[in-house]
Amino acid sequence: MSSTFVGMPTLPSQRGHGNLHAEEPFPQAATRELGNSQLRANLRHATHTIRDKRLNVVGELPDWEDLRQAGSDTKDAVMADLPAKLDEFEKNFTARGGVVHWARDAEEANRIVTDLVRATGSEEIVKVKSMATQEIGLNEHLEEQGIAAFETDLAELIVQLGHDKPSHILVPAIHKNRTEVRDIFLNEMPEVDPDLTDNPAELAMAARAHLRQKFLSAKVAISGANFALADTGTLGVVESEGNGRMCLTLPETLITVMGIEKVLPSAQDLEVFMQLLPRSSTGERMNPYTSLWTGVTEGDGPQNVHIVLLDNGRTNALADKYGRTALNCIRCSACMNVCPVYERTGGHAYGSTYPGPIGAILSPLMTGIEAEDNGSLPYASSLCGACYDACPVKINIPDILVHLRGEDVKAQHAASRVPTEMDLLMKGAEIALSSGKVLNLMEKALPLGRLAAGRDKKIKKLPGKLAGAWTSSRDIPAPPAQSFRDWWKKEGRS
Amino acid sequence: MRIALFATCIVDAMYPSTARATVRILERLGHEVVFPAGQACCGQMHTNSGYFDAARKVAANHITAFESVEYDVAVAPSGSCVASVKHQHPMLAERAGDTDLAERATAVGAKTYELTQLLVDVLGVTDAAEQLGSYFPHTITYHPSCHGMRLLRLGDRQLDLLKTVGGIDVVELPEADACCGFGGTFSMKNAQVSTAMLEDKAENIRSTGAGLCAGGDASCLLHIGGGLSRAGSAAGTLHLAEILASTLEEPAEVPSTTTGATR
Amino acid sequence: MSARDEIMSRIRTALSDAPAAPEVQRTYRRTSELTREQLIEQLVDRLVDYKARVDVVPAAEAAAAIAARLAAASSYVVPAGLDEAWLAAVPAGARRIVDSPEQPTSVADLDAIDAVVTASAVSVSESGTIILDGSAAQGRRAISLVPDTHVCVVAASSIVQLLPEALPRLDISRPQTWISGPSATSDIELERVEGVHGPRNLAVVILADA
Repeated sequence: MSSTFVGMPTLPSQRGHGNLHAEEPFPQAATRELGNSQLRANLRHATHTIRDKRLNVVGELPDWEDLRQAGSDTKDAVMADLPAKLDEFEKNFTARGGVVHWARDAEEANRIVTDLVRATGSEEIVKVKSMATQEIGLNEHLEEQGIAAFETDLAELIVQLGHDKPSHILVPAIHKNRTEVRDIFLNEMPEVDPDLTDNPAELAMAARAHLRQKFLSAKVAISGANFALADTGTLGVVESEGNGRMCLTLPETLITVMGIEKVLPSAQDLEVFMQLLPRSSTGERMNPYTSLWTGVTEGDGPQNVHIVLLDNGRTNALADKYGRTALNCIRCSACMNVCPVYERTGGHAYGSTYPGPIGAILSPLMTGIEAEDNGSLPYASSLCGACYDACPVKINIPDILVHLRGEDVKAQHAASRVPTEMDLLMKGAEIALSSGKVLNLMEKALPLGRLAAGRDKKIKKLPGKLAGAWTSSRDIPAPPAQSFRDWWKKEGRS
Repeated sequence: MRIALFATCIVDAMYPSTARATVRILERLGHEVVFPAGQACCGQMHTNSGYFDAARKVAANHITAFESVEYDVAVAPSGSCVASVKHQHPMLAERAGDTDLAERATAVGAKTYELTQLLVDVLGVTDAAEQLGSYFPHTITYHPSCHGMRLLRLGDRQLDLLKTVGGIDVVELPEADACCGFGGTFSMKNAQVSTAMLEDKAENIRSTGAGLCAGGDASCLLHIGGGLSRAGSAAGTLHLAEILASTLEEPAEVPSTTTGATR
Repeated sequence: MSARDEIMSRIRTALSDAPAAPEVQRTYRRTSELTREQLIEQLVDRLVDYKARVDVVPAAEAAAAIAARLAAASSYVVPAGLDEAWLAAVPAGARRIVDSPEQPTSVADLDAIDAVVTASAVSVSESGTIILDGSAAQGRRAISLVPDTHVCVVAASSIVQLLPEALPRLDISRPQTWISGPSATSDIELERVEGVHGPRNLAVVILADA
């Protein structure tokens, strides 16, 4: 750790801004999305396709669990020593001719990037898919400033041309099927062949033709980064299409926006993460292209190389000792691909740039649980645990979801003294379930429930919003005449 | 062996026959069963809803109840309640800074087993027909509940035991490892998403043609059964303890909704 | 206070409960026992799976194999350090452009060139990955990106099975490109299709005895 910081005042963590919020309570958004049967069919097809592929390639590696453990430990170790790792990265990146900028939040990051683009004199930029820039709303900001940003990843292009929002961190257009993609291309690409079919290979060719001149003439590119290696100052981008290579190689200026949590100690760590990431994300043994660059290389690639290191609420997440491992996320999206909730609602229901199980914890951790409707996100899970099993860095998402529910309850109780229906339900259950004696008394009343049942011995409707929600789609059997405990006692057993 | 039965609140109140079946199985193997009278609930609903203070009180009651009786191991016919006792109770105590309670919770948790975990791993039961006299001449399918599968790592213990029941026909459930959508208060707070998950589970059960879906967690079975019933399906649900306890002489009572599929 | 100092300070505050940094246990596979033949076989299997075209030839036949893969090309670019002997059989009619950091070909010119021939640094058979590190026989990143056909020569001695075996052989601070098949996308319905922005044709010539 550098001695420069001795004596610095301690500052509280900073909350994140930008596209990190649920815009309405999750149940409300989810109910609307559930009504879109085309969306559900698209999501089901895509998530099931990727699940099988992932299982196949993960099953090939006899040491998958060892890799997961090493990945998890490496991330924990980095987070515990983050200032030193960032410091080391900065020194090495700078020594190789790169320029490091720091951004406290979305607004500051957008300002830095805009100034850097302006300094080049260019009024347009090409972009490699980047969650960090999505999070800070960079494209919208650049547009306001008169700078055109062109997304080059196929799925991002589909989203941008369709005036849509991403719904998945790896495949932002997962909610669209091939026919819908074709229709977007026909409407939005003036030069496209009007006989374009919905064959994915043909659609990919249309995207190639559409973007080719942009790549060849672009002076400035903006990227994210999957990794930053502290010991060498190296940045890495993992991709498939070659649009990343185009952006990272051909322009004169390259600006990378990266969260501070992406740093890894050393090049050796790539041997773990480059096995974990591709197999978990696209279900491939390796993604087609990975680019690594270390500052500026004379005669090869961009000669003006910048990185913006972004906080935007990451320190807020880091300060939560029960939640901080959410920052270990390597953005593979395996958790959303296996999540039964995501599969049915899609990513838009979560509002935030980060949807699915990881988003349900990451978004409120970065913004604070009280921010807008983010308190509803941790409940967007049946706690089935499929996400934890799929996570390549073993983030215990279900445990963190439960932790954040606790934070939400605390925040709600602090905000209002009026008990909610859930509060009353929980209080009643607490009294009934904290003592065998009380439960026994309550159970004596259970046969009364038989009165509520119909002739088929089923209860079809319960009062109240919560219990009523249960009986909206499920019957409850009539209670038995006698509880087990009562039977046991009457049998004279101990 | 002296075995303490943790009936779980839902089985105690709603499915007493499942607890009686558990007792029958263990006694048939020659073990003594005791029922710690102070027990009520594991507190999972409170924990998973974020009401940690209430959950801790419920958990403390469970811990005290299971400390007040002498036994070798405790057993529950529920994967999720066992997972709660093992994982959530120490967590609740630690969060509150109660290291004493955390230690006691860990001790109780270490002695607590899910039914098939106890049968297979501790009592060496691998053939239900042979060792328990289990006989159940029906076609069933089987739903492995999430917490048994992912938190307790039960693997195929439940399914393998069911397959060894005399006269049974077990048909594989498509997408068996998908959650049924219960998730405790999730089914109320996010009722529509839960229902969408339940509908797919019910459809998969229907596609097997089996008249019964067996499982090891009463809460999931309540949920699945409630969905099947509302959809007017002929299929019902039954806890695997009742299937394992069923014999030729003393057959299990099969839910009345079930038609056919008897061999 | 600068943004840097502020963020660093916030991180320290966030870590004030001093979370333990675990020792990373590298219990995963780090060495392999495959023979050279098995390594070649596995690499070929993976590359073919990615829809690359692969030839396995003795080094003496490299020129013929490369020439065959360039048959349809009317022009091709090579890095200045490429082994001249590899190009001996290319028909004289195909225009050759030699690229180097000192005399770089413009992007527009590269776009008009049909193919590129490069060597490679290391290959990982288990994942079907060929790594280029920008040294003299591999050239600048742009030349293996813009032309639509990439003919890449892999010496059998540079193949390892596992990624952990490959990294020590590389200087990570050189600009690197890891290539696993031709350009592809899974962005439509999560089904993989080959050929988007990068070279749509990847031809790999493995020199079995080099």
